[in-house]
Amino acid sequence: MTKLGQWLCGLAVLGSAWAALALAPPQLQPPAPLRQALLPLPVYLLVAFGCYSLATVGYRLATFNDCEEAAAELQEHIRAARADLRRRGLRL
Amino acid sequence: AMARGPERVSVLLPTYNERDNLPLVVWLLQRTFTDSGIDFEIIIVDDGSPDGTQEVARQLEKIYGSDKIVRQLFLFPSGTAYIHGMKYATGNFIVIMDADLSHHVRLCFVYSGKQKEGNFDIVSGTRYKGNGGVYGWDLKRKLISRGANFLTQVLLRPGASDLTGSFRLYRKEVLEKLMEKCVSKGYVFQMEMIVRARQLGFTIGEVPISFVDRVYGESKLGGNEIVSFLKGLLTLFATT
Repeated sequence: MTKLGQWLCGLAVLGSAWAALALAPPQLQPPAPLRQALLPLPVYLLVAFGCYSLATVGYRLATFNDCEEAAAELQEHIRAARADLRRRGLRL
Repeated sequence: AMARGPERVSVLLPTYNERDNLPLVVWLLQRTFTDSGIDFEIIIVDDGSPDGTQEVARQLEKIYGSDKIVRQLFLFPSGTAYIHGMKYATGNFIVIMDADLSHHVRLCFVYSGKQKEGNFDIVSGTRYKGNGGVYGWDLKRKLISRGANFLTQVLLRPGASDLTGSFRLYRKEVLEKLMEKCVSKGYVFQMEMIVRARQLGFTIGEVPISFVDRVYGESKLGGNEIVSFLKGLLTLFATT
């Protein structure tokens, strides 16, 4: 199954469970406090996911390494390479 | 049969206008492999560069020998240069990397070590873990990179931390199998290879790499790039 397929299945299962509980006829309805939390649940989850995303990307951005040493080492290597290549007869 | 570690590594270098960088990359590669005692060859696949890249490649072949330098001219869209170059590869492992010195050549040795350590089918470089990272990137570019990677992880759950890094070591049979199955072009092709590799049950090891951007001020992350990335990501999301 494709990733899209997995997401659609997951959403269908969760969505129908939520709808069954939220739109149940009066006799089968869950107790009032549960219903109050249940109805806006999808929105809560979306907002929670949004916050998680921002926090994660923000943290990863802040900890994104800057490779100073690698850049310096590269410059050294380039100098050595150019000198050696000239010796070996490379004409640029 | 028991899988062997790298006995001979073929480095695939697609080039376009790399007259200045190509000799440096080749010099660094031959030094890295010679120092670590690993047999190697470098396959230069040029896309018809008008700046004299092919002439430089010819000189390098004279200096290092045709056992070590294989030159190919290939005038077709990106992504397919690898397929063409691979036909000439005589190694049992293949390294794919950029020819513009943004990838730290010395790491080819680290990749071989990592492969042996875990008997991996693929070793992938990651900028996002360990002491991996970048040099010469401004905040905007870093943000876009991290944001795009986050989206990729959420949608594709690929099991590798860096999908667009494009500095990798592949077992030759594994690369051949993946080339058959992958249909995207450009760097989405790089992403697709990892996704398909996981689906086919291949093992992937990771090595932190540094990506050094020497061309300051020239950001390749314009609106077009972002749109095409999103299109590619959504296509992979819907088809794999």
